[in-house]
Amino acid sequence: MTDLTTDVFVAGGGPAGAWAAIKAAEAGASVVLADKGYLGTSGATASGGTGVWYVEPRPEDREKAMASREGLGGYLADRDWMARVLDQTYANMNELAEISRYPFPVDADGRQIRRGLQGPEYMRRMRVRVRRAGVRVLDHSPVTELLADGSGAVAGAAGHHLRDDRPFQVKAGAVVLATGGCAFLSKALGCDVNTGDGALFAAEAGAELSGMEFSNAYAIAPAFTSVTKTAFYSFATFYHADGTVLEGAGSQRGRSVIARTLLTEPVLCRIDRATPEEQLAMRLAQANFFLPFDRQGIDPFHDLFPVTLLAEGTVRGTGGIRITGPDCSTTVPGLFAAGDAATRELICGGFTGGGSHNSAWAMSSGTWAGQGAARHATALGGRAGRRSVRPLGEAGIRPAGRPAGGHAEYVAAVQAEVLPYEKNLLRHGDRLAPALESLDGTWRDLRESLVEDGAGAVRARSAAAMTAHARWMYTAALARTETRGMHKRQDLPDQDPAQHHRLVTGGLDDVWTRPETAEAAPAAPAEQAAPAEKALAVAS
Amino acid sequence: MIEIVSRERCIACDKCIEVCPTNVFDRGADGIPVIDRQSDCQTCFMCEAYCPVDALFVDPRSHPLPEPPDEAELAADGLLGSYRKQIGWGRGRVPGAKLAVGPSLDRAARAPLTS
Repeated sequence: MTDLTTDVFVAGGGPAGAWAAIKAAEAGASVVLADKGYLGTSGATASGGTGVWYVEPRPEDREKAMASREGLGGYLADRDWMARVLDQTYANMNELAEISRYPFPVDADGRQIRRGLQGPEYMRRMRVRVRRAGVRVLDHSPVTELLADGSGAVAGAAGHHLRDDRPFQVKAGAVVLATGGCAFLSKALGCDVNTGDGALFAAEAGAELSGMEFSNAYAIAPAFTSVTKTAFYSFATFYHADGTVLEGAGSQRGRSVIARTLLTEPVLCRIDRATPEEQLAMRLAQANFFLPFDRQGIDPFHDLFPVTLLAEGTVRGTGGIRITGPDCSTTVPGLFAAGDAATRELICGGFTGGGSHNSAWAMSSGTWAGQGAARHATALGGRAGRRSVRPLGEAGIRPAGRPAGGHAEYVAAVQAEVLPYEKNLLRHGDRLAPALESLDGTWRDLRESLVEDGAGAVRARSAAAMTAHARWMYTAALARTETRGMHKRQDLPDQDPAQHHRLVTGGLDDVWTRPETAEAAPAAPAEQAAPAEKALAVAS
Repeated sequence: MIEIVSRERCIACDKCIEVCPTNVFDRGADGIPVIDRQSDCQTCFMCEAYCPVDALFVDPRSHPLPEPPDEAELAADGLLGSYRKQIGWGRGRVPGAKLAVGPSLDRAARAPLTS
């Protein structure tokens, strides 16, 4: 057993976790970061490329950027949070250029274009900076549960080193959960490490979730592949198998047409609306987009190829751990959340196309959570390592009844309820209710018996996390009896002005949901606090 | 999914074992990595990007193939190491990040960028 003590422990080594670790260390804290895989390749960002919500600090540009998605998000975002994310993202991207010397492309005037990042290059450089900051990095070391002190404050985490098959424990003054969203092992690019583990840990510690109904993101990919880079499909036309055009299908607003069609027949695609110059630009901008084509002898600009939709759940949805303070704190003392593990409703409400806003949120929330965790740990005055702690894990690690394995069956049972388009993407109360009932049954069964040894403990916990995640999603989806943001109810197709509020969800054996009241909405930081009436108007 | 670790090319540097986010590889008795948990492979191509000698091949299909593809054929087609080359990793190459300027998406669809 590895037994460590630190000021700040960061779970997750994607962009949010890396920024959190760097900023906590820069604030003077000792930091340990553990990743399920490898800091540098793990998560949805590393293997892809992403736009970044990087907007020059000109008032008119910032105003336009903030206004652009408010409607798509169902007016659940918050202007104060958007403004501070734009500020923080601008600063962090400039650090990437100046400190990490990220090789941004330059425009005709020789100015760097800082609106996008190549995942492998970005995360390779983040790893270097994390290590230079003196952070102790534990790769291949998934966290399996949080630790709490006698008062219920989060006081560390425990997990398992996969490479040498032994457990570890880290006592910490504060913990940042940056474990990503949940894509239910759908094989969407880079997302199989994102099984919603952090949300389960948070809920076990007593934290709340928000926006879990915004969890039905699906990305277009060439059939049978993992490459979910959807942006370039805006240059595509979609077809029936007989070569006739599939009317209404598109990457932006016509994704549900593709989903409905895929239920009964294949959907073919051709990227046939790009000029030769645009085709070349696509290759430079997103090399991995072409891997499935180049390696299967397909010319995507001339040949028809079958496509599928892969679930990205809360990775590109906006639901996650509820944030209650400007430092990305939660309702639980000592617990902070960042990146896709946290709700992104604060800056994009009920819709994100992924990329741009999520990457901005990851670096901003990571920064604030790292700094907040460092402050919290410092305030403990070195007591972090002396507190007596207890582990908080339940489902999949401490069964209520007779122990048994079987994580794979539970995963399959959850996937059967959350991956099918007709259940999660094309939502209807008549299908959501029985799906939730089935998931509740899966939860009861695994709560009773699921536990596995060694590395199996990690898989068992991921199965429990996915089950919990799916139940929060469908509980919130049934409670939001309207269509708003990405949550589209076929049985309730209109937006209901009376439901212009966020939904808070939580609980494990008994899952609950309630509207967030204006008073309880996460406060903007003091120095940027809005007048009270504006805050109320935004949150109501 | 990962299909090939070239015994001929591999220099036993352990890089793929280290960087695989889903812990697919183990070290073989002779030091050459073996694909021990192929079903955990998430087809993210990161091992290929990090392999300094282009000894790995990830097939773009996210299910295992009945037989691994023919290594000599892949090499002849320039597919071993093609991803690393495209992202400009490796001595003497220009980082792909420096050239990554995509097409304007405004023309194709007047809707927000979804990557």
